[in-house]
Amino acid sequence: MDRFTLQSLNEARRQRQAAILITNLASGVVRLVRENDLGLDLMIEPALSQILPQRFRSAHSGLVETAEGDQFFLTVHVPPPRLVVIGAVHISQALAPMARIAGFDVTIIDPRTAFATPERFADVALVPHWPEDALKRVPLDPFTAVAALTHDPKIDDLPLQAALAANCFYVGALGSRKTHAKRVERLLTAGVDAADVAKIRAPIGLAIGAQSPAEIAVSVLAEVVDALRKRGAIASGDAA
Amino acid sequence: MSAERPLRLGDADVLGTAEDWVRAGRAVALATVVETWGSAPRPVGSHLVIDADGHFEGSVSGGCVEGAVIGEAIEVIAAGEPRLLEFGVADETAWRVGLSCGGRIRIYVERVV
Repeated sequence: MDRFTLQSLNEARRQRQAAILITNLASGVVRLVRENDLGLDLMIEPALSQILPQRFRSAHSGLVETAEGDQFFLTVHVPPPRLVVIGAVHISQALAPMARIAGFDVTIIDPRTAFATPERFADVALVPHWPEDALKRVPLDPFTAVAALTHDPKIDDLPLQAALAANCFYVGALGSRKTHAKRVERLLTAGVDAADVAKIRAPIGLAIGAQSPAEIAVSVLAEVVDALRKRGAIASGDAA
Repeated sequence: MSAERPLRLGDADVLGTAEDWVRAGRAVALATVVETWGSAPRPVGSHLVIDADGHFEGSVSGGCVEGAVIGEAIEVIAAGEPRLLEFGVADETAWRVGLSCGGRIRIYVERVV
């Protein structure tokens, strides 16, 4: 590998961009492909370009052999996923430890300092500020999931818009269909694109008949994982 | 947030170390686990960075075959050509260097130029 490719790879990792390093094991020639460049004409072997989208989703490094018998090693670098929870509520108390075990970096944002206390949220990054200010410290990106759980439009609406604008891989909002219908109306009035609004998962969570806050947390986390592993699959038309 | 705990990819900083060493003018090789069979101690994609004096960081086998990989890496730094190494219980050399967990691994060693 040449030092410039190594620098580019480390740069992508620092910027939280997904990238795959392709190494031809026979020749030693390397090629770095960022996920953002997948739509471009990469001028690489079809056998490789077909497998890259799926590798970006699974995040699995591994060997690939072409029909000609050439062996390539794909080193897949995907940023550690984040989960930003809006609302230091009961569901969040269950969701935060579960999500951390599942490998997510969890941040909880809630301006209501009565809710956002370290006693209720031990070992979690807790930001007791309005989302407008909090999101400056926790930038959203395509490898971040946002779950809005306060029920309060004053707190939930802005981060939902920010999440859609940042192309977060998951955007979910707690509330009944009726609550969500009002939310949709507000967001459309605020000028959010209808196609973007339709990306919000509401009612939040997979339909597993969850009752308790902890069960709802399970359904939300399952939906987040589902979104992470199918990331981009629908848009590019190659379902996992 | 990510700064508050180590990346789960245990050897994610090995590539950062490799870049630092290259910048510092050291001759560097990078070893990468490219294939595993059975119970291998480190997953595919794990890295070990080695310099010409045998200094190293990271892990490709949790200590079992690092010594042999470092020796090969020093030769790769000198010769410039990449090598594909294989270690396993069936391999006498690997047995001697101690991949006793019963697995087999293939490791690609390349010079960073």
